[in-house]
Amino acid sequence: MGGKQDPTANGSPKSESMGAKKASPDLLNSSFSFKSLKLKTKQQELLLRVSILGLVYVLAFIARLFSVLRYESMIHEFDPYFNYRTTLYLTEKGFYEFWNWFDSESWYPLGRIIGGTLYPGLMVTAALIYWTLRFLRFFVHIREVCVLTAPFFASNTTIVAYFFGKEIWDTGAGLVAAALIAICPGYISRSVAGSYDNEAVAIFALLLTFYLFVKAVKTGSLSWALGSAFGYFYMVSAWGGYVFIINLVPLYVLVLLITGRYSMRLYVAYNCMYILGMLLAMQIRFVGFQHVQSGEHMGAMGVFLLMQVFYFLDWVKYQLNDTKLFQTFLRITVTSAILVGGIALGVGTASGYISPWTGRFYSLLDPTYAKDHIPIIASVSEHQPTAWSSFMFDYHILLFLFPAGLYFCFKRLSDATIFIVMYGLTSLYFAGVMVRLILVATPAVCLISAIAVSATVKNLTSLLRTKQKVPQTGSTKGVGSSKSSSKVTLDQSQPFQKNGAIALLVGVFYLLSRYAIHCTWVTSEAYSSPSIVLAARGAHGNRIIFDDYREAYYWLRQNTPTDAKVMSWWDYGYQITAMGNRTVIVDNNTWNNTHIATVGRAMSSYEDEAYDIMRSLDVNYVLVVFGGVTGYSSDDINKFLWMVRIGGGVYPVIKEPDYLVNGEFRVDKGASPKMLNCLMYKLCYYRFGELVTEYGKPTGYDRARGVEIGNKDIKLEHLEEAYTTSNWIVRIYRVKPPTNRL
Amino acid sequence: EANMMNLSRSVALISLFLLPLLSFSFSVDNPTDRRVLVLLDDLSLKSSHSIFFSTLKSRGFDLDFKLADDSKLALQRYGQYLYDGLIIFAPSTERFGGALDSKSIADFVDSGRDLILSADTSASDLIRGIALECGVDFDEDSSAMVIDHSSFSLSDGDHTLIAADDLVKSDVILGKTKIEAPVLFRGVAHSLNPTNNLVLKVLSASPSAYSANPSSKLSSPPQLTGSAISLVSVMQARNNARVVISGSLQLFSDRLFRSGVQKAGSPNKYEKSGNEQFATELSKWVFHERGHLKAGSLVHHRVGETDEPAIYRIKDDLEFSVEILEWSGRSWEPYVADDLQVQFYMMSPYVLKTLSTDKKGMFHTSFKVPDVYGVFQFKVEYEKLGYTTLSLSKQIPVRPYRHNEYERFIPTAYPYYGACFTTMAGFFVFSFVYLYHK
Repeated sequence: MGGKQDPTANGSPKSESMGAKKASPDLLNSSFSFKSLKLKTKQQELLLRVSILGLVYVLAFIARLFSVLRYESMIHEFDPYFNYRTTLYLTEKGFYEFWNWFDSESWYPLGRIIGGTLYPGLMVTAALIYWTLRFLRFFVHIREVCVLTAPFFASNTTIVAYFFGKEIWDTGAGLVAAALIAICPGYISRSVAGSYDNEAVAIFALLLTFYLFVKAVKTGSLSWALGSAFGYFYMVSAWGGYVFIINLVPLYVLVLLITGRYSMRLYVAYNCMYILGMLLAMQIRFVGFQHVQSGEHMGAMGVFLLMQVFYFLDWVKYQLNDTKLFQTFLRITVTSAILVGGIALGVGTASGYISPWTGRFYSLLDPTYAKDHIPIIASVSEHQPTAWSSFMFDYHILLFLFPAGLYFCFKRLSDATIFIVMYGLTSLYFAGVMVRLILVATPAVCLISAIAVSATVKNLTSLLRTKQKVPQTGSTKGVGSSKSSSKVTLDQSQPFQKNGAIALLVGVFYLLSRYAIHCTWVTSEAYSSPSIVLAARGAHGNRIIFDDYREAYYWLRQNTPTDAKVMSWWDYGYQITAMGNRTVIVDNNTWNNTHIATVGRAMSSYEDEAYDIMRSLDVNYVLVVFGGVTGYSSDDINKFLWMVRIGGGVYPVIKEPDYLVNGEFRVDKGASPKMLNCLMYKLCYYRFGELVTEYGKPTGYDRARGVEIGNKDIKLEHLEEAYTTSNWIVRIYRVKPPTNRL
Repeated sequence: EANMMNLSRSVALISLFLLPLLSFSFSVDNPTDRRVLVLLDDLSLKSSHSIFFSTLKSRGFDLDFKLADDSKLALQRYGQYLYDGLIIFAPSTERFGGALDSKSIADFVDSGRDLILSADTSASDLIRGIALECGVDFDEDSSAMVIDHSSFSLSDGDHTLIAADDLVKSDVILGKTKIEAPVLFRGVAHSLNPTNNLVLKVLSASPSAYSANPSSKLSSPPQLTGSAISLVSVMQARNNARVVISGSLQLFSDRLFRSGVQKAGSPNKYEKSGNEQFATELSKWVFHERGHLKAGSLVHHRVGETDEPAIYRIKDDLEFSVEILEWSGRSWEPYVADDLQVQFYMMSPYVLKTLSTDKKGMFHTSFKVPDVYGVFQFKVEYEKLGYTTLSLSKQIPVRPYRHNEYERFIPTAYPYYGACFTTMAGFFVFSFVYLYHK
């Protein structure tokens, strides 16, 4: 009631004062009762907070719409096409068909059990949004829902970031964190409109899980822990990155145990979250029994058991008042517990019940592992170690705000700040190992940086405010003797402090505005490209669009038999099935290394050997991506060494040195004879020798590699050119049937 | 019903292998050739080989005799072939008249039509070139002939008149009646391209034969010797076009048809050589009067059902059948054999079953889908000497169990079910006791 009356009570004097005296409004304001003023600021703060959050929410959404404006409302890249295709299937056929979907159109002839080999969270989320909108009589197309799912969840993430920031520091930090994460390029890169990938939903789920867990640890409440378990379930259903949670949380608990911060709150939070989370996660078919059977999840179980031992010891200690007796008991218990655990782990691993760590996990811990052992992981560009420049690109000022934030966290250590520090440090390490994991580190970096910004700004403004307030209080209440002495010391440093604080504040706001400008620029220039439509700058600065991919896929869709099998390198598999609607041999779900190696072998063999392989796989068409005309550098020739490596990893007849000259990969006259005559070279450069690509250069000048090709007279025996797109980016060849008379 | 989209896409299809068979030139229902173009380098051949031609005519063939250098020669007009078969009895022709060349003849064969090609001593490069297209290499020495000092015909005393009796053992190619008398042959030797597995010898030379110029002394060992020499070969292309290549034009002549024969060193003397029977039977085969099979579509369904499913589940029991008919020259008769097999194939055959026949042309079997999911094919690959090659396949996906197709309760798990419920009950009792009995 009081709140409601306040504005009117305030309003009239204010208008009076405006009319009467403009010189000293402060004096007039201060003449009102303190109580009503306080209520008012609280309300103002709430209003401000809500409106800032609302703006941030909207901002996070619209900043991600650049891609729609620049190109069109379309699905981006590779994996999103699979997600889109499965979502379409889900909305058309319903959940049970989706769950049991056996896809005979990919991985020919092996097929793929889609329902059991994907994280359904994203598709189910999009389908639910779609069905809700339908129910509300908004007749949108499922593609639009898919395109906008990522921005929508990015907006939701900002809200979670706000609450998380509020939990670990204060509301100010929460607001800053929300604003930072809303436009942080590290997050935008994977959540622009059209980037319909698991991460789009998963980062929201990740942050939500962490937030709820921190909240649970803080309060010791079962309900928050339950919420955290459900957050974890959503994360598990959405992304394989849940492994990070199931390892970070136990690690955090372990650190708390070691640092003597064990409490009943922690016990309740972790046990509830772990047990329920585990049971829920088992409902996802792709994850199944991994929580009890795979090496990656054993840490969590170990910590769970350790918690019980801890609790037990606590109880024994309480029962036994004799410290000496307790010490011996402790020793026996701990040794036997470790022994039993070790034996269980050993037996489990030896018997094969507990699977060893996967290659992906190893490659996270040891960045060089993949390069030596699993070329298929190392070949993916987003699995490369991160360059410093991309840290700068993705984090900008957060990169040095982060250490500052760490400082503040350590200064005010609590269960919550320990968590965010651990999250920040571990995820930053992983971000250094793999480019794509910058994404996981982004929320932590934003939160910790937000603490730095918020704490700094708060300190500075409070400095400014106290100086303003002190004379005010002095004028109204009179000078107390005890206060005057402190005021004197303040007054002495006042000019310097005040100016310094103002300068620093200006600096902070300058940096933050630079950050905003940088983020906008990065989003519009670098991260909004759908990569299925390529754009380049022409000679006059105009934009040139290369829409060759879709041209090729629609050609396939319209001109080939419906049961035609298309062989291409696995990168294009999802797109061919989603847009071309044709069966592919391998695709981006790289579950069968041998099958991919077979394709790699075919691509790197001579034509007649490749023909036998293609016949055995019933291949009708071969699709290659070629950038020699346009200068598009991520084409199949540049990926070719990976095909050789992956092929050679399974079939030793393919040897990498055969394709190199003095350790160098070349396509010009100096290239190795095997290179010049392998299938991939022939398919890419067929008829290219007749073409003039650049003025003043000889025919057959490859613009992607800047050389004149070495084999201009390519004749195909078992294949024939079926289609080449307008810019030669995609070339499709038909595999001829065996000759009639031979 | 729910798998509709998936199914409709993967609807089993007649594979590409079957297409050439379907697009079989003349007519699928009546595969025997009707219109035959005969190219001669001299019209006198018409009378000197009249018996062979008249047997063809009497069997209903419409023979169109043309000189090989006739300027109006054409195999097709407006994209339609004018003939179903081609006989080239023009060994010395260097160039055909009109629009005919070796490529158009190769195309003619590739369209599924049949060819009888006869070379002779001093065969032209053109004829050699056509033969080469069909996997046959004539002796490079243009004056060389097949000479055999032990298997020649005594009637002439000339060692270049071979009395050959090494015939391919195939009732389909050479008819059921055994050719008793040796076949007389005078002409050029050829060998088969070893990488071509479609071509085979019908009439081989004896081990003592060799290929050389009979009128000059041998200066170096002959290139072609012994049974590597083929006298008459046939080739059945992948589209089942049939080709006969003979090294001797005289083999088809009235003179050798009528001539008696006694092979050197053999007491058997025959009034009439085997040539007529050989040539006639061979022409029946090459013009598809015999050994032509036709397959209906591959039919399969689950045991107890009649409709073909779009997808199978692992461990389904299924029945498979296919109808195969044989062309008798006049009508389609049921084909009877016990060696027809079906494969259930995904990169390698998971099931290989011999089909049993009901003697009415239907071949059946039934088996259990293996415990492997993927895109399988029913494959019938039937390659039997002389018969048309049947290469049929039909794609069918096999899916794993759905989530609700597993057993609901597993007997061995009953202890666990028990443990589960007793724990729940125990927990309930414990809570009750703990809360209310302080």
